[in-house]
Amino acid sequence: MLTLAFMRHAFIASAFIAVVSGIIGVFVVARQLSFLTHTLSEIGFAGASFAVFAGWPALDGMILFTMLSSVLVGQMSIKESRREAVISAVSALFIGLGILFLSLSSQTASSATSILFGSVVGISINEVHQLIVLSIVVLLITLAIYRQLKFSSFDPIGARVVGINETLISVIFLLLLALSVSVAAQIVGSLLIFILLTLPAASAKYFTHGVAKMVVLAILFSLLGTWLGLLLGYLTNWPVSFFIAVIEVVIYVVALIYQNYFVEAN
Amino acid sequence: MAVISVEDLNVAYGNHQVITDLSFTVNEGDFMVVIGENGVGKTTLVRALLGLLKPRSGEIDIPANTKIGYVPQFRNIDEEYPLSIRDFVSLNSGKGIIPWLNKRERARVDRMIRMTDLTAIADRPLGLASGGEKQRAYLAQALLQSPQLLILDESTASLDNEMKYELLDLVTRFQQDNLSVMFITHDWDLARHFGTRFLQMKPNGYNEGPINELPEHEEEE
Repeated sequence: MLTLAFMRHAFIASAFIAVVSGIIGVFVVARQLSFLTHTLSEIGFAGASFAVFAGWPALDGMILFTMLSSVLVGQMSIKESRREAVISAVSALFIGLGILFLSLSSQTASSATSILFGSVVGISINEVHQLIVLSIVVLLITLAIYRQLKFSSFDPIGARVVGINETLISVIFLLLLALSVSVAAQIVGSLLIFILLTLPAASAKYFTHGVAKMVVLAILFSLLGTWLGLLLGYLTNWPVSFFIAVIEVVIYVVALIYQNYFVEAN
Repeated sequence: MAVISVEDLNVAYGNHQVITDLSFTVNEGDFMVVIGENGVGKTTLVRALLGLLKPRSGEIDIPANTKIGYVPQFRNIDEEYPLSIRDFVSLNSGKGIIPWLNKRERARVDRMIRMTDLTAIADRPLGLASGGEKQRAYLAQALLQSPQLLILDESTASLDNEMKYELLDLVTRFQQDNLSVMFITHDWDLARHFGTRFLQMKPNGYNEGPINELPEHEEEE
């Protein structure tokens, strides 16, 4: 299997995606941004469709759209009372735009499928390089603000008092999230991004009680899902995204059972 | 030496004046009790002192090297809160660029956990801790950077009577290092028991002085 270049690319790309989604996911879950992540994936879909329409690489369109809109949507949905309505409105608008761009471009059906559901086995070496560079950028920035991000995500009240600039950290994190969404979309597709950006981290928090351990576990869960998904996809010829989704959901269900029957029983 | 001095402070929300011409000083080692009924502006005062609210006029003078620790009245820590007590306390380990804690920082966290009697449960999730244990963890986090002033905003409100005294006894133990305390409360017994000075806030003014001059509470008469 690994003698095939596209499979090697897929395994390398998914390793980086797993690391990025594992780290960012822990903070997405702590900051309760799962819904926003979902919206960003729809914005990413519109961006990728726009790229297809304009003749650009899909990743460029996704980055452009998600970066521009992440901070805006993040700020608009700060008030919890209107969060759901704002997010629904933005999702609707961008799915509409995505459909428009696809219908305006000539290569509708196959492009739409690969944007929505991922096309990891079609990933080229150039795209792998681009993905690695983006992942490293996300990781370096995350590490540089790690302590402040950790404090403001897990104890916003305490963080504000010691003078952490919550607005700045929040804006930087939303931009990192936008980049991560664009990166992760390459493998699972824009429709299923939240699988990698929320489920592994949401599962990890049931097994451990330290931020660093959660990050490690979330990365392992992402890696298990993507690599095993690729392997099963290769063996069965079924879509890789399907397997990744099932594996991550199974891990999450196991985490819930572990929490309910083993931890609470003690 | 003063750790905080406030001069002619005025704070308002829109047209609603909450604090009018308030002046007081907290000195090193003081246990200042800020007492008054709900709605007289106690929490507003704290927010102004912490710089979370801009006063309309007046001065809040905090020496440049004074650090403030703060234990808020409410915190969003439910049963599902994932961090252990140790990890929660260590969140306040400074803004350094190195993601992990160094040996000194880890030792400081351990010491603070020991001093707040949390060692036995340090690795348990904070979400599953009792009310008193949570307050001790908040206290440990607030004191981690060795502040000169600790502000407790109604931190004992949710505790039973015995726990209230235990928590404040613990706080006074830290005063051996000259820690100054501002304790916001409407519990007059606690105020008299632990305070060295008081600031009584009322809807139309304030009193301040040494604790033995704290007037009788109307409900106590």
